[in-house]
This record gives sequence, structure tokens and C-alpha cells, in this order.
Amino acid sequence: MTKIKELNKSTRNNIITLGIILVFYVLCQILIAAGVMSNLMQGLLVPLCYYSILAVSLNLTVGILGELSLGHAGFMCIGAFTGAFFTRCTEDSIPNVFIRYTIAVLIGAIFAALFGGLIGVVVLRLRGDYLAIVTLAFGEIVKNIINALYIGIDEKGFHISLQDASNLKMAEGGDIIVNGAKGITGTSRDTTFTIAILLLILVYVIIVNLINSRSGRAIMAIRDNRIAAESVGIDITRFKLLAFTISAAMAGVAGVLYSHNISSLVATPKNFGYNMSIMILVFVVLGGVGNIRGSIIAAVILTLLPEYLRFLADYRMLIYAIVLIVMMIFNWNPACITWRKNHSFKDILQSVFKNKKEEAKASGKEEA
Amino acid sequence: MEMLTVKNLGISFGGLRAVDSFNITIEKGELYGLIGPNGAGKTTAFNLLTGVYKPDTGVITLDGKNITGLSTIEINKAGIARTFQNIRLFRALSVLDNVKIGLHNDYKYSTLAGILRLPSYRRIEKQMNEKAMDILKVFDLDKEAHLLSANLPYGKQRKLEIARALATNPKLLLLDEPAAGMNPSETDELMKTITLIRKKYDVTILLIEHDMKLVAGICEKIFVLNFGTELANGLPGDVLNNPEVVKAYLGE
Ligand SMILES: Nc1ncnc2c1ncn2[C@@H]1O[C@H](COP(=O)(O)OP(=O)(O)OP(=O)(O)O)[C@@H](O)[C@H]1O
Ligand SMILES: [Mg+2]
Repeated sequence: MTKIKELNKSTRNNIITLGIILVFYVLCQILIAAGVMSNLMQGLLVPLCYYSILAVSLNLTVGILGELSLGHAGFMCIGAFTGAFFTRCTEDSIPNVFIRYTIAVLIGAIFAALFGGLIGVVVLRLRGDYLAIVTLAFGEIVKNIINALYIGIDEKGFHISLQDASNLKMAEGGDIIVNGAKGITGTSRDTTFTIAILLLILVYVIIVNLINSRSGRAIMAIRDNRIAAESVGIDITRFKLLAFTISAAMAGVAGVLYSHNISSLVATPKNFGYNMSIMILVFVVLGGVGNIRGSIIAAVILTLLPEYLRFLADYRMLIYAIVLIVMMIFNWNPACITWRKNHSFKDILQSVFKNKKEEAKASGKEEA
Repeated sequence: MEMLTVKNLGISFGGLRAVDSFNITIEKGELYGLIGPNGAGKTTAFNLLTGVYKPDTGVITLDGKNITGLSTIEINKAGIARTFQNIRLFRALSVLDNVKIGLHNDYKYSTLAGILRLPSYRRIEKQMNEKAMDILKVFDLDKEAHLLSANLPYGKQRKLEIARALATNPKLLLLDEPAAGMNPSETDELMKTITLIRKKYDVTILLIEHDMKLVAGICEKIFVLNFGTELANGLPGDVLNNPEVVKAYLGE
């Protein structure tokens, strides 16, 4: 009895999370249809999804693998630009949005994974804080290179330059796709709330299934005790690399969502700089390191909050900071953790539908 | 039949010769004890055998294959598993998962099969659960299978480490002070379990232990280390009465 119940505990938790996401989606659709959702909120729906994906994917590196990465925005940036680049080039040749978007997502994920793998190969063999330092530098380098990158297309094919647009030496009628610091403009805004939710669900399921599989256990074994993991024959480098690459790929997916949600994509410190990486890390830490559902909740709260605090003008960031601190205490203070255990959602439901006999039976079974 | 032969094994840490010209031969199916005073180099010898440290001198041969200088991972795959003097569990994982991680290399399905929940995932996970529960039963840990391993009492954590090592299906099991921190009744129970797993899993055991009652009670042969070199070896009765050994333990 207990065995079956416990075995399914994580599965049940995941189904609950998926349920919450779906209810949220349906609720939003109803509100939009009824015309009662503000424009501000409607504009935030897609960002909520990509921030959630970023938080969930970074949690794979930080919470499940136990390595600190400070360059998650860099992988997002690669996904954003490669995905948008593809869409920009194929808008005429692939008119079907579904096919084009699917390929764009795959391209964003693959390129981000490629860079993730490359950095991983170099750095994951080292121990300690190297990964944090290298990923931090990586994020900045990616952003800066993209700011200096010019790619154009004409009848002779692609032209690439790292200097300026005139250096592309394009034929008449050529089209500059990536225009240095001006980025990529004119990508069709294909991201919809529905696509964003679907991708969030996809990423969530991939990561949660990974965690609850043989490879996921290997990754967590490395996190918990590297020496013991080696002693039972777990290939440390391989599984570190696997986790890191998947994490990067998912950030790439978030990047594609992002770049197809705006009409002009530029790499600024604000969207792809280390501030962004730190913000994603804040989502992960406040949502609970290793807690995938928590990452989503934290990403949602901390994305909505600053927007809805705008009326406070200058006091906005003050309140934001206070909320951060309160969330931190709520999540990590031992007294709060016990309080939460004793006042769980289940208990509240039980006390609402009071049925003493049932309750006594249930608790009797649990103890058995 | 010789299973493990170690010839002239040695390592230095800076100026300290922690293990020096260490020789042992281990026959299949036997239970050996490795004893010696604190700091004699016993744990270091285990670390050399399992590839945690690379020896400066010597050759280690397992079943005719030279395994000197291989990585810990390769040595585990070749058939040596171990436990640690300072317990090293996967603390944030359940008792069951700790053992299932030990099964990692014998029960395989791809990462993709795991993510997509393909039939191979379901089938092999089921086999892993059954196998892991079998092993846990032997150690009387099956009721705690779903507890967090960090929440086990100390004695059970030690047993779980043995269970996890055993899950890798080793030929040779190295136990570093398995009874440390256990009370007498726990130690008795552990001795019974060790005797049982020897037969059930057909595994050869080399154990480090300070508890002489345990060593004399179950070991068939004993090696004594002192200052990194072998001081004596032989039957428990002979070795424990050897004046050199008594001197090493009690001082002049
Ligand atoms: N990594 C290391 N670096 C430097 N010195 C070490 C290292 N590992 C062990 N030593 C030293 O080697 C010697 C042997 O240590 P070891 O841990 O093998 O002893 P032991 O026989 O297991 O003792 P105990 O019974 O206390 O566990 C000690 O002097 C120890 O300080
Ligand atoms: Mg020791």
C-alpha cells in the first residue's frame, strides 16, 4: 500500500503541476475571450512561459546536477538568434507557420545544446567554481559577438562580417538579416500563448521524466557524492555533460519563444546579459533548488510582481526586494518549513470536508 | 583460485610513505580481514585498489587482468566495489534510489527511452525495483526503501552502503570499517548479514575492521598493516597472538 503510494508520489506531483498549468491556460483564455484581461497581462503571458522554461532548465544544472551556471541567458541568446535567423530566411519558402516554428525551435535548441556541450567538455572536468566563472564569461561573449555580427543574403548566398554592414559586399537587392547591434528585425511574431504553454509543458515533462529515470538518478548521484558515484561506476563526465547540454537546449527553446514574440531582436545587457542570468538564478533559488514546480511558481510571481508594482514608482524595487526576502524566509526558514508541513494544502482540504472517520482511517493507514 | 593479486604496491603523500611494498593474494570466495593501528594505511590501500589514488609502484591484477592505473569507474566495472569509512550515501535520494544507482551499469535503457517513457523504460525500471528491493530485504532495509537515505539511523546507513556496493554485482567487495559506530547487537547482526551475502551473492570480501571480535569471528585470513607495510598475515588465531602485532597495537 505505502509502496505504491510512495512510488507514485513524484508522478502525482507532476500531474498536479501539469494540471495547474492547464487550468491557468484555460482561465486565461476565458478571461481573454470575455475581454476582461488587461493588455498588460496579455502581453505578459508569453514572457511568463519563457521565464518558466528558463527557470526550470537552469534548475536542471543548479538543482539536479549541482553546478552553478551564470550564463543561462547566453544559451537563451543563441536559441533566440538562431531560431529567428532561420525564420527570417524561410518566411517565404516555408509558408506553413507550424512547420517553420517547429524547425525554428529545434534549431534554437540544437545550437544552444551545441554551445552547452562545447563549454561542458572544456569546463565540466574541472571542479569548483570554474563552471560559474566560465559560463558568466560565455554569456557576455555571446552577447558581444552577436552585437558585432553582420549576416546578409543575396543571390550568391550568405555573407558574414564582424565589422560592419558595408563589409558584407552584398549584391544589389541583397537582404541584411543580422545587422550588428540592430540585430534581427522583421521576424514574423509567430509565438502565441498556446505555443508557449505547449513548449512549457514539453520542457517540463522532458526534465521531470529525465530526473525520474536512470540518467537522472546518475546525475543526482554525482551531485550528492561524486566519489561514491564513481565508486559504483557512474561516468561522471558523461552525465554532467548530458545534464548541462539538455539544460542549455531548453534555454535555447525559451530563446526561440522570446525572439518570435518581438519584432526586433537585439542583444542588450538587459535581455541577454548577466543580469538576466542572475535573475533566472534568483527564480531557481527562491523556488527551491531542485524543486521544478517551485521554479515555475517563482518565475511567475517574480515576473508579474514588478509589472503590477509599477504604480509604486520609485518604491517598486524596494517592495520587490522585500518580497524576495519574504519568499526566501518562507522557503528556507526551518520554522516556516515545519509550519508549511502542518498546514499543507491537503490538510486544509481535509479540514474543510471534515469526515472524522475517514481521516482516522487514512492516518491509521499512513502510519502502518 | 587467485582472484586478486597485489604486488609491491606503494604510494607517497609528500614525504609520507602511506603504503609501501604492500603484497596480498586473495582467493575467490574467501573472507579476509585487513587490520592495523590508526594511520597504518588501510584506507589508502583501499583507495589504491579502487583507483581513487594512482600507485607510484606496484601491480594490481584482478582475475588475470592488470587493472593498475585504471579509473575508479573502470575498476568498478571490472568487479571491485567498496564502502567508505566516512559514509558516502546519496543523501538527498531515497534508500531505494541509492541501490538503484548501484544497478546503473547492469540495467540499461537510453536517456531518450527514459524521457519518452518507452516500454524499455517501464520494463527495466520494474526489474530494477525488484532487484533493488531484493537486496534491501537481505539487509532488512526494505521497509525503509522510500525514506530519504540521510534520515536513516547510522547503523542502517552503513548497511545501505554495503547494499549499494553489492548492487554493482562485484566479484570483490571492500568494506572499510563496516561496524564502526554500531552497538554490539547491530555488529552481531552485521556479521550474520556479511556471512549471508558471501554465499547468496558469491562475493569475495576484504574488510577493514578495528572490532577484533568481528574480525576473529568471521575472517578466514588476516593481513596486518603497520606504517604502510605488511606486518603479518595468516589465520586469525595466529595473527592476533603474534607478538609483533600485539606490540603494534599496544605499543612497547
Ligand atoms: N590524501 C592524502 N594526503 C596526504 N596524506 C594522506 C592522504 N590520505 C591518507 N594520508 C595519510 O596516510 C596515512 C594512512 O592513512 P589511512 O587513512 O590509510 O589510515 P588507516 O589505516 O585507514 O587509519 P584509520 O584506522 O584511522 O582509518 C595517514 O598518515 C594519513 O594521514
Ligand atoms: Mg581508514
